[in-house]
Amino acid sequence: MDFLFVIGTPLAGALALIWLGAHRVAPVANVLFSLVTFAAACVLSVHVIAVGNLTFLHEQFFIDPLNVFLVALTALVGLTTSLFSRPYMRIEAEHRRVTPARLRLYHSMYQLFIATMLVALTTNNMGLMWVAMEAATLSTVLLVTLYQTPASLEAGWKYFILCGVGIAQALFGTILLYIAAEKVLGSQGVSALLWTHLDAVRHQLEPRVLSIAFVFLLVGYGTKAGLVPLHSWLPDAHAEGPTPISAVLSGLLLNVAIYAVVRCKVLVEGSLRSAWPSEMLMGFGLLSVVFASFCIWRQRDIKRLFAYSSIEHMGIIAFAFGMGGPVANFAALLHMTVHSLTKSAIFFAAGHAAQKSGSQSIDKIRGLVTISPTVGWGLMLGSLAILGLPPFGVFASEFLILTTAMRDHPWATPILLLAFGVAFAGIFARVQPMVFGDTTAKRLPHSPALIPVFVHLGIVLMLGLFIPPYLAHWYRAAARLIGGG
Amino acid sequence: MRSLHWFTQVLEVAAALAAAPLFHGWVNQCRAWLQNRSAPPLLQTYRGIRKLFYKDAVIAERASPLFRIAPYVVFATMLTAAAIIPSMGTRLPFSSSADAIALVGLFATARVFLALAAMDIGTAFGTLGARREMMVGFLAEPALLMVVFVASLISMTTSLPAISERLATQALTLSPSLAFTAVAFTMVLLAENGRIPIDNPATHLELTMIHEAMMLEYSARHLALMELAAALKLFNYACIGFALFIPWGTAMGGGGPGALLAAVPILGAKLAVAGAALAVIETVSAKLRVFRAPEFLATAFLFAVLGLLVH
Amino acid sequence: MTPVPFVMQLLNALAAMLLLLSFAMLAQRRVVTLVDLFALQGAVLCAATLLLAWRTGETNLYISAALTLALKVIVLPRLLHRLIRRLGVYWDTDPLLNIPGTMLVGLMIVVFAFGLAQPISALASTATRSAVGIAVAVILLAFLTMITRRKAMSQVVGFLSMENGLFFGAMSATYGMPMVVELGVALDVLVAMLVLGVFFFQIREQFDSLDLEELEARKEER
Repeated sequence: MDFLFVIGTPLAGALALIWLGAHRVAPVANVLFSLVTFAAACVLSVHVIAVGNLTFLHEQFFIDPLNVFLVALTALVGLTTSLFSRPYMRIEAEHRRVTPARLRLYHSMYQLFIATMLVALTTNNMGLMWVAMEAATLSTVLLVTLYQTPASLEAGWKYFILCGVGIAQALFGTILLYIAAEKVLGSQGVSALLWTHLDAVRHQLEPRVLSIAFVFLLVGYGTKAGLVPLHSWLPDAHAEGPTPISAVLSGLLLNVAIYAVVRCKVLVEGSLRSAWPSEMLMGFGLLSVVFASFCIWRQRDIKRLFAYSSIEHMGIIAFAFGMGGPVANFAALLHMTVHSLTKSAIFFAAGHAAQKSGSQSIDKIRGLVTISPTVGWGLMLGSLAILGLPPFGVFASEFLILTTAMRDHPWATPILLLAFGVAFAGIFARVQPMVFGDTTAKRLPHSPALIPVFVHLGIVLMLGLFIPPYLAHWYRAAARLIGGG
Repeated sequence: MRSLHWFTQVLEVAAALAAAPLFHGWVNQCRAWLQNRSAPPLLQTYRGIRKLFYKDAVIAERASPLFRIAPYVVFATMLTAAAIIPSMGTRLPFSSSADAIALVGLFATARVFLALAAMDIGTAFGTLGARREMMVGFLAEPALLMVVFVASLISMTTSLPAISERLATQALTLSPSLAFTAVAFTMVLLAENGRIPIDNPATHLELTMIHEAMMLEYSARHLALMELAAALKLFNYACIGFALFIPWGTAMGGGGPGALLAAVPILGAKLAVAGAALAVIETVSAKLRVFRAPEFLATAFLFAVLGLLVH
Repeated sequence: MTPVPFVMQLLNALAAMLLLLSFAMLAQRRVVTLVDLFALQGAVLCAATLLLAWRTGETNLYISAALTLALKVIVLPRLLHRLIRRLGVYWDTDPLLNIPGTMLVGLMIVVFAFGLAQPISALASTATRSAVGIAVAVILLAFLTMITRRKAMSQVVGFLSMENGLFFGAMSATYGMPMVVELGVALDVLVAMLVLGVFFFQIREQFDSLDLEELEARKEER
């Protein structure tokens, strides 16, 4: 029952919000639906902790430690983003950047997007996972172009075509997986694409076909995760869409894409009994980290700046999963959590900052502490957190990843450290004047509601200091599931 | 049996020599009908050639011996080619000495002599024609080789009569690769024989002509040989097409005199149909600009390679 | 040479036609013809699916043949034609690479695809040797079509043709994916087209053309 609520609520929300349209209560309804989803996700998590792995609807859906915490995370960020979007979109509407009709689209698609991600996370069927990923792209294309500016249309087109092509490669990978699976599991059963069944027989799958399949799957879902060199849609889509969408794209969609890659990797590595899928993942990860951290230096748009930072962090996560083993997997999962929370918090703050200054250009945003201390400190603390300063959680996960790299792949450590350093300098040098720089603008009378930012940063801070035992238990169970190393 | 094979060989060469101008005339006649013109008589090509043999040859002052030799070489090459191609029977004593790839080489030899002779005098038209001819050849040859390779791959031999025999005796299958290569071959045939999308045999328009530009300086018996060689080339190409794509009806290995006797009218029928088809193609398509010729031949090459791949 | 059953020969012939159509699409400069070729490709695909369905007696395949017919032969081409008329894009500007060049690259891609498909077709359940290779080739050629075109419309047709290749691959290698997945994919494609339709009008409003160069030109300013 709780599971049906998790998937059903956002779907129902999508329909209801089409009907509600631009009505006054639509933003509130959006929050309420997200709240119910989050509550259901919490109940589901407790349920899973109590009972263990679960399957639903003829095994088409399943919950295990790896995806349950992502479900909870997705529901949480979905909720806080909806809270943030309520005042944010109201101001956008007041500025006449969006029409009521577009607002209807926005709310409805927002819920649909959350629903598709939850389906992608919980489905047991690799084919359905693909369908859900594609649906996630489609539901956000029109959100990226919400403002109808030429730049946003370009971003939307790029997003559509690149992710469309990428995801087509993933479909081919899925087909190949099915071809290999059919030989072992039989074609008559519907079970040939169910992950749990595949996992059980992964040692019998034909290795040559699976290795080709993995290349296609990695390219496909990797495009979605923004791994270099398939990343070029990501900064544009993040920069040109409305800020709440940037926050969920960065905080949630990238996670889901990485999750898909990891699921595939588990199968392929089981079949191949060699480490090259891991090595490929590490290679892509490292390339993304290095490339993105240097790209940060060229950015002049605040949202693009943090979009590149997202690419960098996806690289770190991919690298960590590539290394494999209990510690690296644990660190990668932790990093997924803290990155998702921190990055969405930063986008909330950056969105407000851009709204207050009337521009996304870094040069035009100055002296946020004077104009609005909450936004200023939110952006500053968020940036410090994402740059991996202790005592935030990002520090903990990056530290774990670095030490593991030092032990297993010493050659990668200096590259990672260099990239971290470059990214640190790049982001800090841009955020510092934005927050503390001189400004002639006066302090705004009322401070914006930035509760979500501080809630997120609070959780990240907590995760840096102390990981609750049940969470640590989840992470360990999930890390075991991924294996490798 | 041996004597029958030798008889087939002699008969084939003689038939080629005799029927080539007839085939040429038939194509012209069909074209004229399709274009609502009054057709020239079927034997017009013979008459033209005979008339040319009676005339005195005029040769440019600065012509080298190559210019005089070229018509004989070209003609001899085409006649040799006719001896290799199994048009009526597959057991040809000559054919064991040269396979399909050598055949492509023979055509290339003829082309080289033709082009050299055209450039020999040093007139503008000759050089222009030679250059264009070499361009077309350079693009058509790989395509032709590909066609041959596909057929060889299917029958596992490069000897043309053997290929033909193998293809005729295998079970009738729907073979996309042969269909592709047939299209490719038709396109090569059109290009190599100066037919319409690439060249127009009936015009002397200076900007577009290829084959005719090379013949401008020839007269009398030299011209007659050249024209006969051109007719033979068309005939040869048609017979290669029959051997590869509709091999049924030729006298196969075991066949006696009866099979050979039956092969003659069958060949005649095939030629009649092929000539009419050629005329139709030439009538419905428009001449391409010279610069589009590479595109045309690239497509032919593409078809041939596709045939190779889907085999 | 073992005799191949006639149905398989026919399937091979249809596969070869798919490949040929892919090349035709690669070479085609008129957007309207491109859409027609796409519809034709869909029809060939549908025929191949029907043939396979008849041979194996799988109801799944009948359903997916019906889906193909409805979606790729009737609905999508009509939708595209209407879009073309409403937006007035009939010709693609010169492709980035000239046509013979594109063809040669395409040929190399096909060779590569056949190499890639070797281990897959060894495992595939249908007897056709070249079908999987052709499917991979169609996918990659569609990809090439997308890369070499400037007009948004041609890119979309390329994208859809890629989907045809994927579908053919799934069908020829395993007699189709599970029904849930296939329905899901069909739904996604349909929604993608609707989203695109909206999208095109948005682009049109902003730029007065569907030339992607305009999008690129903007970029330089930034």
